[in-house]
Amino acid sequence: MKHVVVIGGGVAGMEASAKLSEMGVAVSIVEKADKLGGKLNRWDRLFPNSRPASDLLAKLQSGMGKDIRKYVNAEVSSVRQSLKQFDIALSNGEDFKADAILISTGFDVFDAHRKEEYGYGIYDNVITSADLEKTFRKGETLKTASGKKPQRVGIIHCVGSRDEKAGNNYCSKVCCITAVKQAIEIKEQNPEAEVFCFYMDLRMYDRHFETIYKEAQVKHGIQFIRGRLSEAFENADGSVMLKAEDTLLGKPLKINVDMVVLMAGMVPSSGNRVKEQLNLTVAEDGFFNVADAHYESSGTNVPGVFVAGACTGPKTMENTINEARSAALAIKEYLR
Amino acid sequence: MKIEGKKRLWQDYQKEIATDNYFYARSCIRQNFFPASEKTFLRVMREELNKDVYEDPRHTTCSGIVYHSDLVTMDTTMTVIARQFSLMTESGRKNYVPSCITSFGLYTEVLEMWEHFPELETKAREMLWKATGREFEKPENVAHASDIIYKFRNEIASRGKFRLVNHRTGQPLRGVEHIGCHYSKMFPHKGVGGAEYPYVLVGMIEAFGGEVVDYPERRHCCGFGFRQYVVKANRGFSISSSRKKFESMAPYKPDFILTNCPGCPYFLDRWQYAISEMEGVTYGENGYGIPVLTYEELAGLVLGYDPWDLGLQTHQVSVEPLLEKMGIPYNPATKYLGAQGQDLGRPEKPSVLKVY
Ligand code: SF4
Repeated sequence: MKHVVVIGGGVAGMEASAKLSEMGVAVSIVEKADKLGGKLNRWDRLFPNSRPASDLLAKLQSGMGKDIRKYVNAEVSSVRQSLKQFDIALSNGEDFKADAILISTGFDVFDAHRKEEYGYGIYDNVITSADLEKTFRKGETLKTASGKKPQRVGIIHCVGSRDEKAGNNYCSKVCCITAVKQAIEIKEQNPEAEVFCFYMDLRMYDRHFETIYKEAQVKHGIQFIRGRLSEAFENADGSVMLKAEDTLLGKPLKINVDMVVLMAGMVPSSGNRVKEQLNLTVAEDGFFNVADAHYESSGTNVPGVFVAGACTGPKTMENTINEARSAALAIKEYLR
Repeated sequence: MKIEGKKRLWQDYQKEIATDNYFYARSCIRQNFFPASEKTFLRVMREELNKDVYEDPRHTTCSGIVYHSDLVTMDTTMTVIARQFSLMTESGRKNYVPSCITSFGLYTEVLEMWEHFPELETKAREMLWKATGREFEKPENVAHASDIIYKFRNEIASRGKFRLVNHRTGQPLRGVEHIGCHYSKMFPHKGVGGAEYPYVLVGMIEAFGGEVVDYPERRHCCGFGFRQYVVKANRGFSISSSRKKFESMAPYKPDFILTNCPGCPYFLDRWQYAISEMEGVTYGENGYGIPVLTYEELAGLVLGYDPWDLGLQTHQVSVEPLLEKMGIPYNPATKYLGAQGQDLGRPEKPSVLKVY
């Protein structure tokens, strides 16, 4: 029986493992965290339909039968190609041979401290979209550092994305719709609150996105201001002064808000140590290259090594799952 | 505000600052604005810290003031800077210390350009050779004079006679700091503490016993901004920038403003008078305004130098309230006497801003 090692136990890794296993391939999945599910574990509700993240996670878990060997709290410490096989050693001391490898290491959330001028980690009331999602997931109400319900919230798009200074000129693709989703959720918690989204462009490219965006404006009165934040500063009362240019009005703008949510983008996973060991190439954005951008998006420059999910660039959950299935098929074909 | 967050950032922006063997280049304008600041820097370095600081009377402007007013090309600027370096080379010193923030920014910019485009360095060498027959070595270290005072802040504090502490209450005095734009906004790693939360002046205030107050418009322009003032028609921008800062800092009741650039203390000091005349508004306590200091003046006060030797009588906003809080004695009778005891005359009294 052919054996595939899946590196990364998030959405892509889980779905690909399930499909490979269904097709009669032996699968070992390696995850550095203490459980499978990756970033999905951190979400409360998902766009575009507000479905609970736990629901999708349960679906993915249902495919993770006992035939799949699962290694959590483990990382690949070395990988070596010998003829048509790979020798893989894990940080927990296990080692095995694989006929193919799937890399599904996903992404890291951009470290918002690096946008120093926005004050994350310095100002009391600046949080990231990931922090906000955690609050929602715990079922808590959004509160300021002093425990009050924020009456004005500023949501800042493109934090660490489309930003030469941050070294990331690509779009993270999902943060616009995440911002709209979270803005609506803030309004659902506190209909009196005013929410302002500062954006460069609204990338509402996928099905239903425009509908949600319209609902945010018409039903919830969320205000969208086309302008990039230049700086944020904390006022004496802990509120945050935001400076931006409203590029539609052509005017500089200064407003005070009680809280700021930074839409931190996606960056290549720092855990991709296999990259050097397998001589895999990455593009200028730091994400893995694929064998053929149109026709072979699961393959890499190394035969027998495949990729799926956000390790090849930002994408939605839906695209990730589709890619995982496509990678499973490509691997099955390769193993024939 | 989380100070730990700032401390974490400050660790990322520690720059190398030479500890001796300095070539000092003065600013074009500081001796007119704050006449004793540069002299005080030399006094502190030579007499207190026993450092070797060399000055060459042949040095010129760095050309920053005209470069930033679009009056000369980069080629001219590079050649002028090459000549400054040649004077340093001739003196045998290795570490270049400009007094001016704009100069510091420009030297840094030119050295970075030469690093990335070596052909420009070759060109600058050729131009200097053709024009003057001079050659030069690049400095091993370029640090602004405020970096040097920062470097030795603890030594200065330990030799000091006075602290930034209210001598009656024992409470730390509250200072706001304003960093010149060209210090680290272009090259954050060349400034102590980076560009967004610079530490260079904060470190001095803390070492001298004071407390730093951060305020919303801290990063806003002081009001100089070259074209805002140099182009006469733009001066409304200049005063409104300063006003914006005063309005923002006033609620925090600072005891003083500390600066490290030639233009900033000038505009933050003089515009307080202009605003008081235009709008009848003063900032600070009891109608006296908020005293503004250069970092050399502050170091001099801490070291117990006579305030009038530091040139503090040339400030528009009276510094006496700060001196009184620090417990520094001063003689009103000698305030307007020159170095040889001659009477310098009295400035006219403003109609709104109170002065001593
Ligand atoms: S999806 Fe929107 S917020 Fe995210 S990087 Fe792209 S444009 Fe910016």
